[in-house]
Amino acid sequence: MRPDDRRYLDSHEWAKLDGDLIVVGITDFAVEELSNGNEGDLVYCDLPDVGRVIEQGETFGEIESVKAVSDLNAPVGGEIVEINSEIEEHLETLSQDPWKKGWLIKIKPVDKSLEHLLDSAAYEANITS
Amino acid sequence: MTEANLRQTNLHAAHVAAGAKMVPFGGWSMPVQYASILEEAKRVREHTGLFDLGHMGRLEVSGKDAVTFLDSMVTSFVGKIPQSSIRYGLLCNAEGNPLDDLLLYKTGPEEIFVVANASNKDTVLSWLGDHVNGADVTITDRSDELAMLALQGPKSEAALQPLVKDKDLSEVGYYKFAFATVAGIENVRVSRTGYTGEDGFELYFPDAEAPRVWDELLVAGKDAGLAPIGLGARDTLRLEAGMPLYGHEIDAEHNPVEAGLNFGISFKEEKGDWMGRDALAKIKESPTRQLVGIKTDGKRVPRQGYKLFHGADEVGAVCSGAVSPTLGVNIGSAYVPVALAEAGQIIEMDIRGKRQECTICDLPFYSRTRK
Repeated sequence: MRPDDRRYLDSHEWAKLDGDLIVVGITDFAVEELSNGNEGDLVYCDLPDVGRVIEQGETFGEIESVKAVSDLNAPVGGEIVEINSEIEEHLETLSQDPWKKGWLIKIKPVDKSLEHLLDSAAYEANITS
Repeated sequence: MTEANLRQTNLHAAHVAAGAKMVPFGGWSMPVQYASILEEAKRVREHTGLFDLGHMGRLEVSGKDAVTFLDSMVTSFVGKIPQSSIRYGLLCNAEGNPLDDLLLYKTGPEEIFVVANASNKDTVLSWLGDHVNGADVTITDRSDELAMLALQGPKSEAALQPLVKDKDLSEVGYYKFAFATVAGIENVRVSRTGYTGEDGFELYFPDAEAPRVWDELLVAGKDAGLAPIGLGARDTLRLEAGMPLYGHEIDAEHNPVEAGLNFGISFKEEKGDWMGRDALAKIKESPTRQLVGIKTDGKRVPRQGYKLFHGADEVGAVCSGAVSPTLGVNIGSAYVPVALAEAGQIIEMDIRGKRQECTICDLPFYSRTRK
């Protein structure tokens, strides 16, 4: 079961409210799909510049494995106020702890509601169907 | 295409049981990897790997006119292929653009065995069929009745020989084939061919036997390091070895001359005229672009379709790309104008507005005989 303290996108990003900010990452399922269980198969993660304003659903970055490139999609609109710059040099963190240490960006949201996203049960149903 | 519409080889269950990630490829559900693509590629370079190639198209062209018919259709000189030898060739349209690339096995004076790509098999069958024009030729699709396995890597002979009692495999030379008894199955076509740049074999035998032979090979080859390898590593290995893949380096818009495949094209008078000959002869006189390798120290992996720039000028696009475990950098193939096709030339690859420097280099990136 995935953590129920956050919400999910179909495209395997998670979003978690942290004070006034929304923390965004990708799920263990996304990491597994990209790397097939081999953390060395992840080769690159491209994150945006701090200060960029993004809309809900907009591509804010890319993650690349040996075989494919995937977009990273914004769960909410707002301003990017922090990025996890450690990740670009330590992609293994995504395999080891996608829920906490593997966060990617923090957004100061236009609207901090996450109601439009999937809850953990719905996301779970999505990836097992 | 959904999984349900995809064809499966007789080894599908074996792949799934071995933990393979299955992906659509040429209309088939095929294993892209069992473990790490990079580790699988290394295994083939250092030891040996086993591939299910049951998706490939296998045809037989037979009859009194089989050789002359094929000589009028393909780029290589079929009439000059020695008995029990194999040549690479392409099937082109009148404009010299390939419909597929092929391996041609000279089985007998009136019989050629042809291996085509899975996704092009139907095109090859209908194109050949449409051009028979009364020649004494029978074209038979053998794909469904034959399994096809490959062992690739320096330890392939050691892995395979224990299952072959009536043939010393060291006697089967490169790009030659023999019929031998393999795992108790008589008349298995065993060819010293492959698509990885390593020594190795490809085997053709009745499809129903595939699961048993697969398992017996993995047992017999265990000490030689034999393990199953997916299409992901196969793609990396063939790119390192500078071998083209239809739909990437060659297709309806990319001819074999500019792809550097002149070894598979014969303009000899004795071959007679053939489909695409005039067009390719003209291109050979004045090619405008050339297939080259690109290497990059940057983190991004070249991918098909990425545009290439020289200063402000768009000069080409990436055909294939991979993380190369053998070279330790990211590599790709691309067409660039002839003037830029010099090893050492620096160009840039555009990835959604970001540029990454690449260096042009000669193909292949890797040769086991030229280290």
